[in-house]
Amino acid sequence: MNLFRGKISTEEILPFPEVLTPTQAEELQMLLDPCAKFFEEKNDALKNDALEKIDDATMEGLKELGAFGLQVPQHLGKYPCGLGLNNTQYARLGEIIGAHDLGLSITLGAHQSIGFKGILLFGNKQQKEKYLPLLAAGKTIAAFCLTEPTSGSDASSIRTQAIPSPDGKHYILNGSKIWISNGGLAEIFTVFAQTPVISDDGETKNKVTAFIVERSFGGVSNGPSEKKMGIKASNTTEVFFEDVKVPVENVLGGVGGGFKVAMNILNNGRFGMAAALSGTMKSCIAKAVEHAGSRSQFGRTISSFGAIQEKIARMTMLQYVTESMAYMLSANMDQGSTEFQIEAAISKVFASEAAWYCADEAIQVLGGMGFMRECGLERVLRDIRIFRIFEGTNDILRLFVALTGIQYAGRSLKQLQQALKNPAANMGTLLGVGAKRARRMVGISSGPSLIEHVHPDLKESADKTARAVEEFGGTIEDLLMKFNKNIVEEQFVLKRVADSAIDIYAMVSVLSRTSRSLNKNLASKEHEKLICDVWCDEASERIKQNLSQASSTKAHKNFEKLSKISKQVVTHGGTYAVHPIGF
Amino acid sequence: MSGLRVLVGCKRVIDYAVKIRVKPDKTGVLTDGVKHSLNPFDEIAIEEAIRLKEKNIASEIIAVSCGPPQCQEVLRTAMAMGADKAIHVEVDPATYNGMQPMHVAKILAKIAQENKIDLVLVGKQAIDDDANQTGQYMASLLDWPQATCASKIEKTDGELKVVKEIDGGLETVRVKLPAVVSVDLRLNEPRYATLPNIMKAKKKPLEKKKPEDYGVDMKATHQVLSVEEPAVRQAGVKVETVEELVKKLKEQGLIPS
Repeated sequence: MNLFRGKISTEEILPFPEVLTPTQAEELQMLLDPCAKFFEEKNDALKNDALEKIDDATMEGLKELGAFGLQVPQHLGKYPCGLGLNNTQYARLGEIIGAHDLGLSITLGAHQSIGFKGILLFGNKQQKEKYLPLLAAGKTIAAFCLTEPTSGSDASSIRTQAIPSPDGKHYILNGSKIWISNGGLAEIFTVFAQTPVISDDGETKNKVTAFIVERSFGGVSNGPSEKKMGIKASNTTEVFFEDVKVPVENVLGGVGGGFKVAMNILNNGRFGMAAALSGTMKSCIAKAVEHAGSRSQFGRTISSFGAIQEKIARMTMLQYVTESMAYMLSANMDQGSTEFQIEAAISKVFASEAAWYCADEAIQVLGGMGFMRECGLERVLRDIRIFRIFEGTNDILRLFVALTGIQYAGRSLKQLQQALKNPAANMGTLLGVGAKRARRMVGISSGPSLIEHVHPDLKESADKTARAVEEFGGTIEDLLMKFNKNIVEEQFVLKRVADSAIDIYAMVSVLSRTSRSLNKNLASKEHEKLICDVWCDEASERIKQNLSQASSTKAHKNFEKLSKISKQVVTHGGTYAVHPIGF
Repeated sequence: MSGLRVLVGCKRVIDYAVKIRVKPDKTGVLTDGVKHSLNPFDEIAIEEAIRLKEKNIASEIIAVSCGPPQCQEVLRTAMAMGADKAIHVEVDPATYNGMQPMHVAKILAKIAQENKIDLVLVGKQAIDDDANQTGQYMASLLDWPQATCASKIEKTDGELKVVKEIDGGLETVRVKLPAVVSVDLRLNEPRYATLPNIMKAKKKPLEKKKPEDYGVDMKATHQVLSVEEPAVRQAGVKVETVEELVKKLKEQGLIPS
């Protein structure tokens, strides 16, 4: 967040956080093999894809395995319950699942990462003891019900209604939800609905409230399973609520607190995606490398050609960055950090796009072979596509990253404006800021220094990162001066701000991880340094370009033109230009 | 009579899926950084013990492993599957290199006596050295009856009926308890250790011992002279046409010319 003021707070990211106690690490290590073995020997991702559901035997196996309650505490009251894993442990197991079967990963994720996460985060003792033991064992399946036909990214516009019953004991729930993962399997639903709330001025307003709804309450039904492009093994349906009587004690997180509950669940759930996708990318790379190393054309293995080498190297870099982000984030969460929503959003955006690139390029390396179903990569490509859309589209998350950050920077800018009102008394502040801006203008950067926190071999990359951070902070300041509150409407600009923020977070994650590897003298340290060098160099160039576009008049003219082009095409209902042959 | 007390031998071996590589100095195979797991035949033995316990035939299952500290991993696996407790007999790396089935048999026999064991279950062999000796040595040391290569085990009054696969059929033997039984591949299909059980296994007791505790002299009785990779298959020749193939075969004298 400080990033947006041209600063880096290093305590959470440097050195690379290590949160697992020796016991937790040992536990995790013991879980990895049996978990991997299950997916290698028992589960058949292509079969699940063809069946458009998880094979029954696999589903039973997953329940026995304990995969439905990974983060539920080991004991709740007197009941033995889940595995009680922390976020880092969960991420590592999620990586294995993501490497093998994303459709299945979504089924498990929709259940525990969002489906009943609300009960875990906001549930009271009775709610937890009532629902979690069965959910953790997979005896009941959960689903998260937010999206509606007219309410996607704009979550506060939902229309599902929950009206208190005359006796005050129930809420009567009516409405319908679409694209609900596990909608056809679930017994327990976390449902968001508008409830009338009397505000301080005595007016009754609708506010979003979260409810725990059981299918057995009656009035809950679901549509047929949707036909999808990918993650076919996961069940997606519409869910209908018709005069469902929900007991008042099933309100989750307080009446009117639903929006906060929803955002918290989604923020908490996002970290797992980066880890799962880093596993997916790993298996894509393995397939590409296996082929590239054995396929011979023109008398050479194709891995000796530059065109293939660049693909493999870029896939590897993206996987490294994703993995670094995923575990830095999970570690920060385990350390008790509460301000991770920007980082979580960045990691979701980055991971979903990096994974798409990896799967796409892996198919390219395999050529015709990659296009065949049997190879398994086409399924992965189809499966990955949804990750850029669901749990907050990447476009919305980019705006979220940019605006949340700018808002934060704006507050500190306000202090500066306050200081300007009384220059004499605030000379120190003004001089400091003035000097910083002046230095930036003449290109000397004192910037936030990173070098004392990273391994000396990474000095160059650290300098590039520090410069990027400072330039970024400066651009934000300039943009705030220029647009003030209207920045909210400048989506062309915000996209470039977000892209820069993403690149910077990626640079910092990599620097931190590579430093650790160098300090620990790991076998792969030189390999990792190569990755870090290239990544930071290319990212710093991208950032320069994005920031200059964000503030340059020339680029803004292009933005205006792009906006105009779009408007014309939309008005016309399709492409507008006259066909080259005239008809 | 209360249930049987069962002792199960659990050897830590290089995982079956790993491609084995010989050390450059030919004194053995590379083990550093190589994935290890519980010997698959011992896994079958553990599974059988658990099934006996589930049928209330066995009352307690003790898993035992002799070797370096990492052996505790396979013991945890055994306990995650269902063994009640474990004994790790730590053998230092140098001694471990020269450890032979006879050493293990002596240790296991002692443990069987100390723990008032009624039934010892071991894999018929370990997939690393394929010795197929430990069970037999133990029976001899203890002077107990033995049944080897079991593919079916049934408990009758004070006895076990054990079926084993032999060439062209099945052989059924009856042994009086206490006994030593070595198990074969088709006895059962071992269960997966579930994640919650893996966590619970951490709390089960794991006793640490040394060979001296059992008065066993671990002096090597064998000396390994050389370990070598199997001969590499000679490269073949590719032929373009059937005519060329016939010509080559004739040249080699493989078909009459």
